[in-house]
Amino acid sequence: MTITLKVNGHDHQIDADPDTPLLYVLRDDIRLNGAKFGCGLGQCGACTVIVDGKAVLSCVTPVLLLDGKQVTTIEGLGTIDAPAPIQRAFMEEQAAQCGYCIAGMMMRAQALLQRNSKPTDEQIRAELEPNLCRCGTHMRILRAVHRAAQLMDTAELSPSLEGSVQ
Amino acid sequence: MNGPGNLDRRQILAGGGALIVSFSLSDAFAQDQAAPAPAPAPAPAHPPKWIGSLKETPFLDSWVRIDADGGITVFTGKAELGQGFKTAFQQIAAEELDVPFKSLKVVTADTGRTANEGYTAGSHSMQDSGTAILNAAAQARALLIAEAARRLDVPAENLRTENGAVIAPDGQRLGYGDLVAGNLLHIQAQPESTLKDPSKYTVVGQPVPRVDIPAKVTGGASYVQDMRLPGMVHARVVRPPSYGAQLIDYDAAAIEAMPGVVKVIRSGNFLGVAAKKEFQAIKAMRALTASAKWNETARLPKQEDIARVLLGLPSQDSTIFERKNPAAVGLKTIEATYTRPYQSHGSIGPSCAVGHHVDDVTTVWTHTQGVFPDRAGIAEMLRVPPAKVRLIHAEGSGCYGHNGADDAAADAALIAREMPDVPVRVQWMRDQEHGWEPYGPAMVTKLKASLDDSGAIADWNFEVWSNTHSMRPGGAGSLLAAQHMAQPFAVPAPKPLPLPEGGGDRNAIPIYTFPNAHVVHHFIPAMPIRISAMRGLGAYHNVFSIESFMDELAIAANADPVEFRLKHLEDSRGRDVIKKTAEAFGWKKGQKAPDGRGYGFAFARYKNLAAYCAIATEIEINRETGCPRLVRAVAAVDSGQVVNPDGIINQVEGAIMQSMSWTLYEAVTFNDTRITSIDWQTYPIVRFDAVPQSIEVHIIDRPGLPYLGAGETGQGPAAASVANAVANAAGKRLRDLPLNRKKIKDAIDV
Amino acid sequence: MTRTRIIASAVAALLIGGGAAAFAVAWRPAIAAIEPPAPKSFDPALVKRGRDLAALGNCTDCHTVRGGKTFAGGLPVPTPFGTIYSSNITPDADTGIGTWSQAAFRRAMRSGINREGQHLYPTFPYDHFTNVTDEDDDALYAYLMTRPAVHAPTPANQLSFPLDQRFVVAGWKLLFLRRGTYAPDSAQTAEWNRGAYLVEGLAHCGSCHTPRNALGAERAGASFAGGDVDNWNAYAINARSPSPVPWDTAALFSYLRQGWHPDHGVARGPMAEVVSNLSSVDERDVHAIATYMTSVFGAPTPDQMRRGNEVLAKAKAPAVPASQTEVPGASIYAAACATCHETGRPVPYGGVNLGLSTAISGPDPRNVANIVLSGIRPVEGERSPIMPGFANSMTNDQVAAVLNYLRSRFSNQPAWTGVEKTIEEARRTQTVSLQTSPPPHNAPADPTQRDKP
Ligand code: FES
Ligand code: FES
Repeated sequence: MTITLKVNGHDHQIDADPDTPLLYVLRDDIRLNGAKFGCGLGQCGACTVIVDGKAVLSCVTPVLLLDGKQVTTIEGLGTIDAPAPIQRAFMEEQAAQCGYCIAGMMMRAQALLQRNSKPTDEQIRAELEPNLCRCGTHMRILRAVHRAAQLMDTAELSPSLEGSVQ
Repeated sequence: MNGPGNLDRRQILAGGGALIVSFSLSDAFAQDQAAPAPAPAPAPAHPPKWIGSLKETPFLDSWVRIDADGGITVFTGKAELGQGFKTAFQQIAAEELDVPFKSLKVVTADTGRTANEGYTAGSHSMQDSGTAILNAAAQARALLIAEAARRLDVPAENLRTENGAVIAPDGQRLGYGDLVAGNLLHIQAQPESTLKDPSKYTVVGQPVPRVDIPAKVTGGASYVQDMRLPGMVHARVVRPPSYGAQLIDYDAAAIEAMPGVVKVIRSGNFLGVAAKKEFQAIKAMRALTASAKWNETARLPKQEDIARVLLGLPSQDSTIFERKNPAAVGLKTIEATYTRPYQSHGSIGPSCAVGHHVDDVTTVWTHTQGVFPDRAGIAEMLRVPPAKVRLIHAEGSGCYGHNGADDAAADAALIAREMPDVPVRVQWMRDQEHGWEPYGPAMVTKLKASLDDSGAIADWNFEVWSNTHSMRPGGAGSLLAAQHMAQPFAVPAPKPLPLPEGGGDRNAIPIYTFPNAHVVHHFIPAMPIRISAMRGLGAYHNVFSIESFMDELAIAANADPVEFRLKHLEDSRGRDVIKKTAEAFGWKKGQKAPDGRGYGFAFARYKNLAAYCAIATEIEINRETGCPRLVRAVAAVDSGQVVNPDGIINQVEGAIMQSMSWTLYEAVTFNDTRITSIDWQTYPIVRFDAVPQSIEVHIIDRPGLPYLGAGETGQGPAAASVANAVANAAGKRLRDLPLNRKKIKDAIDV
Repeated sequence: MTRTRIIASAVAALLIGGGAAAFAVAWRPAIAAIEPPAPKSFDPALVKRGRDLAALGNCTDCHTVRGGKTFAGGLPVPTPFGTIYSSNITPDADTGIGTWSQAAFRRAMRSGINREGQHLYPTFPYDHFTNVTDEDDDALYAYLMTRPAVHAPTPANQLSFPLDQRFVVAGWKLLFLRRGTYAPDSAQTAEWNRGAYLVEGLAHCGSCHTPRNALGAERAGASFAGGDVDNWNAYAINARSPSPVPWDTAALFSYLRQGWHPDHGVARGPMAEVVSNLSSVDERDVHAIATYMTSVFGAPTPDQMRRGNEVLAKAKAPAVPASQTEVPGASIYAAACATCHETGRPVPYGGVNLGLSTAISGPDPRNVANIVLSGIRPVEGERSPIMPGFANSMTNDQVAAVLNYLRSRFSNQPAWTGVEKTIEEARRTQTVSLQTSPPPHNAPADPTQRDKP
C-alpha cells in the first residue's frame, strides 16, 4: 500500500507494507545511508533517527506509527560542504573509527541537544546509553557531543546567517 | 553530495570520499584480462631490509600511478577497516612525492587492480603496505627527477621537487604528468630508495584529518551495506540452528508465493531466499526459518568446563624458547593458571556482501580482510578458476579480525551464481553474525616462576594451550557456504601460525630477560567451536597472563610493579614507554589507591617485534555488587616513525576500550548443541555508563625508524592492566576471564 | 527509576495518627553514642550472614541513590506533602550509624526509633522488622558496621508542619505497630516457618503487595491483596492473584531466584531489584519464601487451573499472524510487538507470550504502560533482557490502542478504564525519572539470571 512519509523536509510516497520498520523504508525506498542496520532488535542504536524531535530506533518503529510525523536522518542535518554543528564537531574531533555506529550516535546526541543545549557530561553519557560502539570510540564521541553543544551555542550567539541579508 | 535519487552505480560507489573509487565493471574485466598483475620478480640477491610489500610486488606502478594530467593514484592491497591507514598512506605518498595531500587518490584492495598483499591483519598495514608505498613513492620521485634531468640536461642534484613538479635552478617547472610519458614507472623497485629526511617532513607526522570521516558523518555511501546496484535484489541466508545440523525439510512453495520473493535457493544445507525489497526478504527469511526442519546433534563441550576440555584434547607440543643459567637459583616459587573463554568480534554492523554474476564471472564487493585469499576460496567453492572471480574490498563495520565478512562474500557469490545478471545483496542478521562468526579461541596458560634472594626472577616457565588463531579462507573449506552446500568442502586442517609472529603462542616468549626460561606451545588441532583470528590473536591472553603474573611476582617480591618490570627489561624502547606511562599516570612507589579503587600496570611489545605499549589504569569496584568500572587509563606507545599521531591515538584509545570490554564482560555462551550468545542481550559489551572519565595516550615518536603499526598493540596490555587494577582493588587475584561482576563479588567475599 | 516508596496517604496518616496520640508516648531516651567499632571486631561469619540478610531485606534499594555510594542514603521519596530522604546507614560517625550501638540498631529495627530517640517515619518498614530476631539484627548490624563509612549527610526532609515533627509518628505507631517477634506455627514445616519469618519480617513483601488503609498502614485482613509502589502495581499475591497461570512453588522459586519464569515472564520495575538481590542469597531461603508464598496464594481453583492450562496451550501453539488489522492496536501489535513476543524464542531473551503476562490481566494498565513506554534497559556488562521503549515513537493514542488491544486479545478480563490517563501519568513519571536518575546506574546484583538462555 502507499504511505506518505515526511523525511528531511520532503514528502515521500512509498509503496510498503505498514508493518515495515522505518529503517528499511529509509534505506531501501528512500535510499538514504544514515540509518544503519545493526541488530534490528532495538539493542544497539545504529539505526537511530529523529522523529518529531525525539531519538527513535528506526529498526523497531513500523512506518504505520509515523503518520503525520517528521523524520530526520543524518542526511537531513547538513552536507559535507555545509555540515551541521554536530557533523562539524564529529569531523573536528575525528570521532570515528569504522564509523558504523556514528550516525546513530549523532542523531541521538542531536535530539538531546535540541531539547537541552547545555547537557552535562553525565547527561550525555546517560542519553547515549542505548547506543553501542565496538571500536571503542566512546571518548571521542563524548568530546564531539560537547563540542557540538558549544558550536550550536556560538551559532546561536553569532548573528544568524540565514535571514540577515547583508 | 550523494543524496538519494540518482542511482547510477558509478556515482554511488564514488560517493562522498568513500572507499570505492569510481570504476565500472567493464573496466574491471578489461583490466583483469588486458593487464594481468605482473608475475612476481625473482627476489633480489640481497633483499633490502625495509621495503615492505615491494618484496612481493616489485613494479612501482603497482603502487603509484601518475597520469598524463598529473593525477596520482596510490594502490594498496590492504583493506581499510576503520583504522584510518588510508589517510596515513596518502600522507606517506604525498610526503615522498612532494605533492599536496589532497591531490592524491588511494585505491584499496581489489583483485582486479591492486597488489596481492594477503590479509589486512596483525598490525601489518603500515609495515607492509605503508613501507612499500613509501619506497615506491621515493623511487618514483627519483625517476621523475632523473627524467627531468635528462630532458633539461641539468644534473639531477640540482633539481628539486615541489607541488607535483620538478623545478630547475632557473625556475623552469616540469609537471609530473608531463614527465611520466610512456612506461616510466613500469619498472622494478630498486633495493634501496633515497628517502626524504624525516626532519623535513611536512605531511607525515601531522594529525591530518581522516579522508573517510566526512562522508561517514553526512550519510555518504561509505560501506558495502550502502551499495545499491540497479536491479539489485536482497537476499537472506537461513543458517542451520547449530553446527553440523542437517536440513530435512522446508516449504519452498509457500515462501516463493510470498510478496516480492524472487527465489528460494537451496544447496544441501545451504538455504537462502532473495526478494525485491529488503523487508520482504526478511519476512521471507523468517517464514523460511519457521518452515525449515533440521536434524541437530549435541556435540558442543561444556562451556563452564572449557579449560579442562582444552587441556584434555590431544596437542602438538613444542618448546619455543629455552634459556638456561644454572647459576641463578630460585628460592620462592609461585604458579598460576589463566584462562580465557571464546570471545566474539561482535561487529556492530552484521556482515554483508554484494554479488553479481555476469558472463560467467562473479564479482563480489566485500569487507573481507583479504580479497585475494578469499577469492581463491570462493573460486574453489564455485569450482571455477580464480580469474572468473573478482573481489573488491568495500568498507564494512569494524571487524577486529576474521568475522563473518568472508562467509558473507561466499554467500553472495553462491546466490549470485544462481541468479545470473542480477546483483544480489546479502545481509546477515544479528543472530547470524553472533552465532556463526569464527570466535577468538579459548585458551589456557600455566605459569610457574621462582624468585631469587634479591627478589629477581630466577626461572620462568610458561605453557600455553590453544587452537590455531587463523582459519581464514585459503581454501573453500573455511567458508560456511562451502561447508553447507551440496558436495560440501571439508574444513581444512588447522595449522599453527609460525613464529616469530605466532598464533596461540604470539607474545608467549617473554620480552623480559630471565636467566632461566622455558616456553612451551601446546597446539590443539581439534576445534570444538568455530574459531579464527581476533585482534591480537594469542597475544591478548598471553600478555594478560604474563603481565598478571609479573604483578603476582612483584607482590611476592614485595616490589613495586613498575620497578619490578624495569628490573627485568633490557630493551630501551620498552623501558621508555614504561617510564613515560608511569610518569604520566602519576605512578608512585608504595602508592595506595583510595578505598574501593585499585591501580594496575602492564606492558608488552606486540609480537615482540612490533609496537611497544604500556598502560596504567585505575579501577573502581563496588564492594557490595562487585561491579567494576574503569576510571581512567594512561598509555604510552612507540610505533616507530609516526605518520598520523591522531590515528595512532584513536587506535590505542579504541583498543583500551575494547579490551576492557573483553576482559570484564565477554564470553561466548553455548549449550551442548547451540551457541546461545546471539545478540547484545546475551553477549553484553561495554555501554556508555561504563566509559571511563579519561583515556590518555602518549606517543613516543621515532623519526626515521620503521613503522610498527598500532592497531593491536593495546589489546594485551589493556587486559593485564585492568586485571592488575582489579586485583589491587579487590585484594584478590582473578585469573579466569572475563573478570565479571560476579567473580569480583565472590572474590571480595564480604 | 526514582523510588516513591511511601504512599501519599501515609503522610495523611501521620497527621491524624499524630493528633490522636498522646505526647506521652512520643518521648524515647537516646542511647549513648559509641566509638565506631573496628570492622575487625566482628566475626566474619556473622558479617556474611548479615550480607545475605541485607539482600533478603533489599536494604540497598532504599538506602542507595542510583549510581551513588552503597548504603549512603539520600534517596528522595516524593509525596504530595513533601519529600522524605532515606538515611545513611554506613558506619560514618557524623552522618551514618557509626555511633550506634548494637542495642540502638535493634531498637531502630524493632520500634522505628533512632539512636537519639527520635521516631523514624514509617517509610522505613519497621512494622515488618519488628519480626526480625535479635540474632538477625545483630548480623545485619555486623554487616553494616563493616561497610566503608561514607560521609553523606542525609538531606533534610521537606515536610510542612506538623508533619516535620517526628513525635507525630508516635501516634501512628500506637495505632498500627504490632510488636513481637515471629511466632512459628507448629502445624507447618520448618521450611514454611522460615519462609513466613522472612516474608512477614525482613523481606517485608507486604509493604508493596498489601493495600494500605486511609491512614497509610497495611490493611488488616487484606494481606497480599495487591498494592502500589513507584507508579507500579504490586500484584495481589494471594488467592486474588491476576496471574493467568497459577503460581506453584517451583515457579515462584525460579522466578524469585533468576528473575524470570517461562510461564510468567521477566520481573520488572521495583521487583527487578528484589529478585536481583535474591539471586545472591542462600537458595534455601528463597525456596522457603516460595513455599510460604505458595500457601498464601492457596491452591488454585479448578477454574483457575483450566484457564491456566488454556493460556499455556495457546502460548505454546505456533503463532497465528494477527489478521484482523482493522482492530485499532492490532496492526501496531503485529508490527511492533509480535516480532519479539511471538518468535518462539524462550523467555527471558525472547518476549513472553502476552497471554501469560500478569500485567495484561492485572487490575490496571500501569505496568504495561510503563513497560511499553520505557522498555527494559540492559544491565551494564551482564547478560540481561533488553526491550526497546516506545515512548519516543508512539503517541499516547497509539499506546492506548495497543494496551486496549492487548487487554482484549490476551486476557479474559473486562476492558481497563482510564487507559489514556494512566499513559499520560506513566509518561510524566518516566520523564521525571529520566531527569533525576544520574548514571552510572549500578545494578545491585544480577537483576536476571544470565546463565541460561
Ligand atoms: S539496528 Fe536498531 S537498535 Fe540495533
Ligand atoms: S566507530 Fe566502529 S562501531 Fe563505533
